[in-house]
Amino acid sequence: MIRVGAAAEAPPFDQLARVALSNEQTRRNVRHATDVIRAKRDAAVAELPDWERLRDAAHAIKEHVVSHLDEYLEQFEERCAAAGGVVHWARDADDANQIIVDIIRSHDGREVIKVKTMTSDETRLNVALEAAGIAPYETDLADLIIQLGDDRPSHIVVPALHRNRMEVRALFAEKMQLPGLGSEPGDLTAAARDFLREKFLRVPIGFSGANFAVAETGSVCVVESEGNGRMCLTLPRVLITLVGIEKVIPTFADLEVFLQLLPRSATGERMNPYNSIWTGVSALDGPGEFHVVLLDNGRTRVIADADARDTLDCIRCGACLNACPVYRQTGGHAYGSIYSGPIGAILTPQLQAMEHSRSLPYASSLCGACYEVCPVKIDIPAILVHLRNRLVESGNAPVGERVAMKAAAFAFGSATRFEAGQKLARIAQRPFEEDGWLPRLPGPLAGWSLSRDLPAVPAESFRDWWARRETAPTKPEGSP
Amino acid sequence: MLISLFITCYNDTLFPETGKAVVRVLERLGHRVEFRREQTCCGQMHANTGYGRDALALMRHFLAVFRDADLICVPSASCVAMIRDQYPRLAAHAGDARLADEVNELLPRIYELSELLVDRLGVTDVGATFPHAVTLHTSCHAIRSLRAIEQPLRLLQAVRDLTLSDLPGRTECCGFGGTFSIKNAAVSTAMLDDKLGCVLATGARVCTATDNSCLMHIGGGLRRKASDVTCLHLAEILAHDRPDRPGTP
Repeated sequence: MIRVGAAAEAPPFDQLARVALSNEQTRRNVRHATDVIRAKRDAAVAELPDWERLRDAAHAIKEHVVSHLDEYLEQFEERCAAAGGVVHWARDADDANQIIVDIIRSHDGREVIKVKTMTSDETRLNVALEAAGIAPYETDLADLIIQLGDDRPSHIVVPALHRNRMEVRALFAEKMQLPGLGSEPGDLTAAARDFLREKFLRVPIGFSGANFAVAETGSVCVVESEGNGRMCLTLPRVLITLVGIEKVIPTFADLEVFLQLLPRSATGERMNPYNSIWTGVSALDGPGEFHVVLLDNGRTRVIADADARDTLDCIRCGACLNACPVYRQTGGHAYGSIYSGPIGAILTPQLQAMEHSRSLPYASSLCGACYEVCPVKIDIPAILVHLRNRLVESGNAPVGERVAMKAAAFAFGSATRFEAGQKLARIAQRPFEEDGWLPRLPGPLAGWSLSRDLPAVPAESFRDWWARRETAPTKPEGSP
Repeated sequence: MLISLFITCYNDTLFPETGKAVVRVLERLGHRVEFRREQTCCGQMHANTGYGRDALALMRHFLAVFRDADLICVPSASCVAMIRDQYPRLAAHAGDARLADEVNELLPRIYELSELLVDRLGVTDVGATFPHAVTLHTSCHAIRSLRAIEQPLRLLQAVRDLTLSDLPGRTECCGFGGTFSIKNAAVSTAMLDDKLGCVLATGARVCTATDNSCLMHIGGGLRRKASDVTCLHLAEILAHDRPDRPGTP
C-alpha cells in the first residue's frame, strides 16, 4: 500500500491550522526557530556569488535524472552490488517495511538504531518494526525527542522545531529518569549522548535514510550535524538504507553542486559537519553487510505528470518551510503529513494520487517565497495551481465554489453581463451595508468577516464614470 | 502617447477612485487615455483557484479586447503577474500555437502603473503633493513576479511634502491570497495581524501599494480594529496635485 505516514487519515489543513494557531507556545517556538534559520540561510547564501548558477545547475541535473530515472537506478544497482551491497526494490511502503523487517529477522535482530529516518516515517517503518517485535531507536537528537515524546515531526530538517529547550528538558528528565537534569544545551546533549552511546555500542543493526545515491559509483551519501549518523552508519555489523528513487544523481561530481546548496539552504552552514559517503562494504571497516532499499511509493506516478514532476527534484532542505508565511504561522503539524510546508503541500497529495490531503494545495497564499529560496528551483506556486486544477477537474471542489466560479466566469464573459453583475452586487449588498462597508458577510464568505470589513460596492463603477465623462459636455469632477 | 487602461474587474467595481486617479496622472503628464468598455477580468481568481478552463476563456476575451492596443496600463501588480506568468502557461496547456503567439505579442505591451511611469515613460516626479506620512506595502507579486520594488518607491520619494517610512517585514505576504483568505480564513487572519502590527508600527497615516487587493485586505483589517490609518492605491497619492486641497487620508 502506498502511504505517506498517517496523512490519509489527517483532517483537512484549515481544521488542523486552527488547532495549531491556538497554541501560543508552539507558535512562538516555530517563529523563533524559523527566524533564526532563515537569517543564517540568507547570510550563507549571500556569500556565494554563483548561487543562482548553482541553482540552475541543480535544477538541470535533477530534471535530467527524473527523465532518465530508470537508467540511473539500474546503474546504481549494478555499481552498488559490484561493491558488495545488496539492492532491493520496494514498490510501496508495505513492501519496503517487509523487506527491512525480513533483513533484521534474518539476523535474529530485536533492536535497530536509526538515523535520517524521514523516508521511513513516510512508510511508517517504526510501526511495522514494533509489530514484528523489533525495537527502533531514533538516534538523531531531534528524532529522539520526537520518539520519546510520542510526538510527530513538524519540520523536514528540524523535526522537533516546535519544542523549546525547557520542553526538551522536561521530556528527557522524565523519560531518561534524570530528575536533576539542567536545561543548558550542554546538559541536554550530554544526557542524549549517555542515552544513545549505550545503544550505538550494543545494537548490531543500523538503519538510515539517504540524501543522495550516486549512480556512477553506487555510493550513498548522508549529511548531518551531530555525528550520531556517523555512529549509526559505521558501528553496526549490518546497515540498511532506505532511499526514495528520486534521490539518485548521475555522477560523484554532481555532489559538488548539491553539497554546496543543501547545507546553506537547510541550516545556513557552509558545509555539514558530517558528510558520510560509502560504497558497498569493505572488509576491514564499517558494516560487513549493507542493504539498499529503493522506494517508489507513488514517485513514478508523480513523474507521469509533466507539469508537476519537478516536485521530485526536492533535496529536503526545508528552506521553503522557513520562508513560508503560512508555515511560520501554523508549524508543520497542520499539514497532517511528515512532509510539511510548501513542498509538503505539493508532495503529500501527489504521492497519494490526489486521493487524500486534498486541502493541501490550497494551504498557500501563492506568495512565491518558497520558489525564491528553493535551491533546486521548484516552481512550487505553479505546481500548487496545477494541482488545484487537477482537483477541480476531477470534481473535488466544493459545490458552492463550483457554482460561484461558473457564475463569475459567465459574468466576466462579456461586458454587458459584467455590468449587470455589478448592478446586482449593489442590490444584494444592501442588507449588509453599514457606512459604505460590509462588516458581516453571509454564507461561504463569512470567513472574510472573521477579521476584516469589506468595502461596499460604490454607487458608480469606474466604467460608468468613464461613460459619463465621455458624453458630458463639460467633464465631471475628477478630471483635470 | 495613447495609453489603454485595463482597470481590472475589482478596481472597476470596488475602487473606481483608483481608476480616476490613473486617468488624472496620465493626462496630467500629457498622455491620452482610452478605456475599452468590452474589458472585464484577467482571469486571476479562476486560474489561482484551479479553474483553468474558465481562466483560459477570460484570457481569450482579454486578448480580443486589447489586440490592437499599443500600450496597456494595469494598476494592479497581481493582475500583471497573472498575465505575464500564467497566460503563457494557459496558452501552452491549450496546445494552441496561435494563441501562444498572441500572448507573446501581448506581453511587451503590458505595464503595471509604476512600471509604465518609471520604466516606459521615464518619469518619477509626476507633480504630486501629498502632505502625509506614508508607508509602502510591496505586494508579493510586485516583489517576486514583476520585481517592481524600486519604481513605486522612487515615485513616492518624488512626491512633495510626503514623509515615507519603511514598512518592517516588507517581503512578508499580507495573507490575502484571493480565495485563500476565505478557505483558510484563520491562517490568513494570523498573517494579516502580523502585517497590521508592522503597518501600525510605522506611525504612518496612509498605507499604499500597487495592488488594491492587498489594500482591501489590510484596509479591511485596519477598519475592523477601528484604526484611523487609511489605505490608498499609489495612483491616488500620485494624483494629488493641489497643496491647498490635502485630500482625504
